[in-house]
Amino acid sequence: MKQGRGGARGAPAGRTRWSEFAIVALIRVLGFSTVGFVLLIFAFLLREGLPVFFELPASTLLGRLWYPTFGSFGALPLILGSLLVTLLAVLIALPLGVASAVFIREVAPRWAREVLKPLIEVLAGIPSVVLGFFGMSVVAPLVRQWLGAPTGLTAFTGALVLAYMSLPTIISVAEDALDAVPRGYRDAGLAMGATRWQTTWRVVVPAGRSGVIIAGMLGMGRAIGETMAVMMVTGNAARLPLDAAALFKPVRTMTATIAAEMGEVARGGVHYHALFGIGILLFVLTFLINLAAARTILRRRRKGGLR
Amino acid sequence: MSGQDARHGQRRRRAGRLWVQRLGFLLLGLAAVVVVAPILVVVVGIVARGIGTVDWEFLSAMPRAGMKEGGILPAIVGTLLLTLGTALVAVPVGVGGAVYLAEYARDTAFTRAIRLAIVNLAGIPSIVYGLFGLGMFVLFLRFGTSILAGSLTLAIMTLPVVISTSEEALRAVPTEFRTVAASLGGTRWQGVRTVVLPQALPGIITGVLLGLLRAAGETAPILFTVAAFYLPQLPRSPLDQTMALPYHLYVISTQVPGMPAGVQNGTAFVLLALVLLLNFAAAWIRRHFRRRRPW
Repeated sequence: MKQGRGGARGAPAGRTRWSEFAIVALIRVLGFSTVGFVLLIFAFLLREGLPVFFELPASTLLGRLWYPTFGSFGALPLILGSLLVTLLAVLIALPLGVASAVFIREVAPRWAREVLKPLIEVLAGIPSVVLGFFGMSVVAPLVRQWLGAPTGLTAFTGALVLAYMSLPTIISVAEDALDAVPRGYRDAGLAMGATRWQTTWRVVVPAGRSGVIIAGMLGMGRAIGETMAVMMVTGNAARLPLDAAALFKPVRTMTATIAAEMGEVARGGVHYHALFGIGILLFVLTFLINLAAARTILRRRRKGGLR
Repeated sequence: MSGQDARHGQRRRRAGRLWVQRLGFLLLGLAAVVVVAPILVVVVGIVARGIGTVDWEFLSAMPRAGMKEGGILPAIVGTLLLTLGTALVAVPVGVGGAVYLAEYARDTAFTRAIRLAIVNLAGIPSIVYGLFGLGMFVLFLRFGTSILAGSLTLAIMTLPVVISTSEEALRAVPTEFRTVAASLGGTRWQGVRTVVLPQALPGIITGVLLGLLRAAGETAPILFTVAAFYLPQLPRSPLDQTMALPYHLYVISTQVPGMPAGVQNGTAFVLLALVLLLNFAAAWIRRHFRRRRPW
């Protein structure tokens, strides 16, 4: 407490000054650490994964056959498998999520909101492996019965589970977007004689549409990186999903391939490098998706008005 | 057309529009129900099927007979240790980072790079964290498959949640608090330490709990960094492998044929209960302190 005039000149209380300096420096380092971690992650993925691009020609890597035991590392079935499941999941989740967000923000009475929001938070917290277990033991048998298929572990089952896993992200982003629509827009709509529905549908939702796009992107980023639940419910057959029937057949995603095979490969071998190579692809994909989402958010902010 | 007819037409149109509104709101509400009902089904389903098999032995005994009998003690202990290890790293680093962003950082290119890094860390797939942990902690730093390697991997994955929620909590403290602290002659750090941080503490704790519950339930990052398939003993050092609840559930539901459903359901229940408990704790703290906030 000896921080009078003398303290300001920096003469006494040297110990306080020193520890203050050290602590602020430490906090600064901690602040910067996240950038370091992103770089470290990318560096280690490259270190372990880059060799595969020299060991195998590009034509093999993009081949149609993933069959490591026979030295066949065509990643195309895995990439398409991931895309199929992810796109289908977002197709299911985006309309559902946006509609729920509109309901929560614009329509629902207070009590309904207080039931819905905590439940969605619970969903966000349920471990992926628990959802996978539920999908396997409850959803998959139902899908099998409906379809009369030999197995319920299909791309569709995976997309269904993934859709629910990306819903919390989609709903919270869409809610933020609706929240940012100025009150004046709603008042103006109502003052023109529009009903609440018309105001919501034709004024508020269009005003928040960039948020809806961001919600879709982030939901997709969430879905493409999901591992355990997908691995447990998609059946994991590495085949090219090219026809419509592929929806109701087993597929295998990039994430599931890494998770299932990394435990059994020889460290430093081609297979090991190939799995890290898939990791690089996943990292780059999610990085780009998040970058695009972040840019959209920034641009919207800069435009002002709608934050 | 007489004035009366026009008014009549207007009223009819208005009634029609109200019907459209009713229908629209109904559809929106239906969407919310479609979102929420399965959540209830999952939670109630797992609890109802699992609670019967969980007794004291299940929680306190080692697994026996190829995990088909006995309990899941090592998996529970492993998950608790991993969560603790995650907290030991993620809390100081995350809260420190949040203090920097909320109290010290100016809007420079570097600060924007940090924010971008946080967004991207949050978006990196959990299995990629697993690969990174394997490459860096297990192999490069030679920690081996160990609690240390797994905790570090989970901690980095948890950082973005801890940072964003802590920063939000710090920013919610009104500027006047800092001004007053400064006017009393304190340095900026003294103001942060004695005024801002204590005020933001409930929000920070909530964020930390939310981050930790995610870490506790994750499987993919620990697959190659810690998790032991079957290890009927408790770990004795941070360099030991350990079983963990999420990985154990994965193993017994996909890797071991002929597993009794009771053991699977019980394990799923214990994991879900742990996570929900953390979730409720976080929600309670937020609610409780928001009401008592002095501003």
